[in-house]
Amino acid sequence: MNYVNCGNFKTSYAKDAAIYKTVFSKISIYSFLILMLLVPFYANSYILYILNMIFISSIAAVGLNILTGFTGLISLGHGAFIGVGAFATGYLALNYGMNFYFVIPLAALITAIIGIIFGLPSLRLKDLYLSIATLAAQFILEFIFIRAESFTGGVNGMPVAYPTIFGIEINNDFRFYFFAYSFAIVMITIGKNILRTKIGRAFISVRDNYIAAEAMGVDIFKYKLLSFGISSFYAGVAGSLWAYYVQFITPEHFTITVSIQYLSMIIIGGLGSVLGSIFGTIFMVILPEMLRHLVDLLSGVAPFLKQIFPAIREAFYGIVIILFLLFEPEGLARRWNLIKAYWKLWPFSY
Amino acid sequence: MSALLEVKNIYLSFGGIMAVAGVSFKVNKGEIFSIIGPNGAGKTSVLNVVTGIYKPKRGKILFEDTDITNLPVKKRAKLGLVRTFQNLELFKGMTVLDNLMLSRHIFMNYGLISSIFYFGKALKEEVKNREFVEDVIDFLDLSAVRKKYVFELSYGIQKRVELARALCLQPKLLMLDEPMAGMNTEETEDMARYIIDINEEMGITIILIEHDMNVVMDLSHRVVALDFGEKICEGKPEEVANDERVLSAYLGEEKWV
Repeated sequence: MNYVNCGNFKTSYAKDAAIYKTVFSKISIYSFLILMLLVPFYANSYILYILNMIFISSIAAVGLNILTGFTGLISLGHGAFIGVGAFATGYLALNYGMNFYFVIPLAALITAIIGIIFGLPSLRLKDLYLSIATLAAQFILEFIFIRAESFTGGVNGMPVAYPTIFGIEINNDFRFYFFAYSFAIVMITIGKNILRTKIGRAFISVRDNYIAAEAMGVDIFKYKLLSFGISSFYAGVAGSLWAYYVQFITPEHFTITVSIQYLSMIIIGGLGSVLGSIFGTIFMVILPEMLRHLVDLLSGVAPFLKQIFPAIREAFYGIVIILFLLFEPEGLARRWNLIKAYWKLWPFSY
Repeated sequence: MSALLEVKNIYLSFGGIMAVAGVSFKVNKGEIFSIIGPNGAGKTSVLNVVTGIYKPKRGKILFEDTDITNLPVKKRAKLGLVRTFQNLELFKGMTVLDNLMLSRHIFMNYGLISSIFYFGKALKEEVKNREFVEDVIDFLDLSAVRKKYVFELSYGIQKRVELARALCLQPKLLMLDEPMAGMNTEETEDMARYIIDINEEMGITIILIEHDMNVVMDLSHRVVALDFGEKICEGKPEEVANDERVLSAYLGEEKWV
């Protein structure tokens, strides 16, 4: 599946390990990233809202993919870890008045530590049993969000002030776009780098064959915990950004539904693929919006659709996930590779 | 010759079954040492004890005169105790190159931070280890499949990749668990040549478990035969081949003839 153009020879091992293998792909990705910077000048705030949600969610999705897709540890507690990041942000910003460039790393570190603590059962548990243990993490943390009122404000939630950078308050979708965009790029690049070095290989070895990994000298437990830590760190960053974006956080934002949504994102996008997590996020964020527009369009013909929209939406989610598991179990990332291969070989695909 | 590995009177049982009952042998530096025996004789169990996957009930294992009986599995690779597996245990979701780079894991000294930026130390170590891996790829003729995912490859090549992965760990003692199982004659011959090369050119001591008696008799310097978890014979290949107990273990006893 990794077709490379004829005549594309590398002259050093460092070049062979590069993320972008050809000049063309390098140019196209950089120009895409620069073009994305121009988007907010032309888009309305609704589009910017969707894009901001994609940036924030893709950070969390890449984090979950590192844990579930690369290390093979299924987590049903990712939503709660995002919550830890969000509440830590709220607490630090509200009580200590720190600026975001201290708050976000700190909140992410706190989330990472909590993630590692809940990752400890992975020493003895794996597969389904571990996912039940992470489900417990979800419920325990949710309970703490509701009951630890002095930290989280309980069911009433807590407000979060706008972040400021160099005296500029990031108080609208337009400004937040650049804020979230830069975080997304940095976090995804870091993820990609981690995964192509010794740590990433150790993660995959734990997923594919832990007995052989141990015989090769990989400290399995250390890497499982590291995976939990890194994954929760990503969740923490996403939660923190989310708290700054929505301005008001309550425990209802971090239920098991959120965890399952993230799982479906990476399944639809492609387990074990950074690009796949981004595709999955885009798909899952846009899908309900598209569905809403479709219902709006059809409401002239069939007005009852509007009333049952929430029910349709959930059912539609389910159907989409089932269809993906049936027809594209390796996710959108594989589809993307197939399309790329098709154009590379076109018109003589033999 | 000095003993590289010394297995002293090890016992291992699963429930009520004695898998290994008082086996001891010495492997000298630089030799090809074979373990043979009928199915279920305890060959792989002995190997699993040496690699540390199972803990022996009694007995000792000495590697270069240090006691490693209770050393965790992950630390043994660093000592130079490396094995391949009977049923392929490769990392199927990685390319051949990544499989081999993974086995350089213990030789890479950089942490999370330099891995995040993929700069300086991380890059330098990756390149340095890649050079070593490329030597092994050349040696085992794997350059054509370097960037292929392991699950795409045929069984014979997967076996070779597993051997390559073991070599990338720079072993002092290489344990091969049925490296020729399921191979055709040609592949068996290739593998036999690789094993001789590894032993003679790289000077790596080898423990070989194999059912193909022609291979065992041709390659090994010394052979030990096991049956029902006990050592029944040890010596030069031709001695073992003509030993009465070995013959009866394989063919049964001549009672009614």
